[in-house]
Amino acid sequence: MSAASIELTLTPATTYLLRIGDTCLILAQRLGEWCGHAPVLEEDIAMANIALDLIGQARALLAHAGALEGAGHDEDQLAFLRNERDYFNLTLVEQPRGDFAASVLRNAMVATWLKLLWQRLAAESTDDEVRAIAAKAVKEARYHQQHSADWVVRLGDGTAESRRRMEDAFAGLWRFAAEMFDTDAADEAAAAQGLGPRWSELEAPWRAEMRAILDEATLEVPADSAFRSDGKRGRHSEHMGFILADMQYLQRAFPGGVW
Amino acid sequence: MSQQTDSANEWPLWEVFVRSKAGLDHKHCGSLHAADAKMAIQMARDVYTRRQEGSSVWVVKSDQIVASDPGDKDMYFDPAEDKVYRHPTFYQLPKAVDHM
Repeated sequence: MSAASIELTLTPATTYLLRIGDTCLILAQRLGEWCGHAPVLEEDIAMANIALDLIGQARALLAHAGALEGAGHDEDQLAFLRNERDYFNLTLVEQPRGDFAASVLRNAMVATWLKLLWQRLAAESTDDEVRAIAAKAVKEARYHQQHSADWVVRLGDGTAESRRRMEDAFAGLWRFAAEMFDTDAADEAAAAQGLGPRWSELEAPWRAEMRAILDEATLEVPADSAFRSDGKRGRHSEHMGFILADMQYLQRAFPGGVW
Repeated sequence: MSQQTDSANEWPLWEVFVRSKAGLDHKHCGSLHAADAKMAIQMARDVYTRRQEGSSVWVVKSDQIVASDPGDKDMYFDPAEDKVYRHPTFYQLPKAVDHM
């Protein structure tokens, strides 16, 4: 016996919330891959702490999206029983773990973005539940940003090898940033109904904060490319299927299994 | 987890003190390796306050702590053994003084 996929009934609001929740969920899964493998024990724990904060944020958003959808889907079903095209995370977070430099750079990019987004949601969302989730999450995101930005600076302004690795990380990941800021119908609808900001409004402050981190790391701001990724509309990179297979195996094989 | 075997290449050791809530003292709770003070504070937060143990952390470089010599233990501490009169438990307190 195995569990079938659930069918989503999407509205702009649930799409908007799943984009954020799925981004937290998939990044948490990637960070979990450091468990037992980080360069030092203390960072192993730090990565797991960040992952658990993100899972908490994902749970809250998925549960709320499920409630808004009104089809009886709980957070576990949403986390584990969707097909690939029904996940709406940023393509950036599904990219392979990479080395420690790539991981802390991705954390810095996502934490900076999430912090700005949570701040806006906590201040402006017309949805009480979203405001409450954001008010709690913004504290977590601030720490994630500090922790990861510190490492970007240490490695960027470190040894020849750490700098090379950080430059390689930027070369691989920076092109995925554009997806954080392009605006579409779901985004416009969320803004129109007061659920949350258009993501394009986060671009200027995100670039300013990332530039400050890069300056301190004595790194050049990478050039923008024409590359566009589209995970938030369900069109994922080749890595997504593998991470979902990892995540979903148990719930598919043992439906409703708990421990 | 470090591949380093040469202790000269390891990050310095720090002692971690955590205050559980305002008004209480910072208590020693363990140690960790970190490259500098800023990293040590963040790691102390990540390693030692995950279960709501803290509202403040201190870190001190372990080599900055001056400790008594274990070999001096007898000479330093045993002489206090038979001097119970140093405990202020032999006084009659006035009734008005509660909670001493």
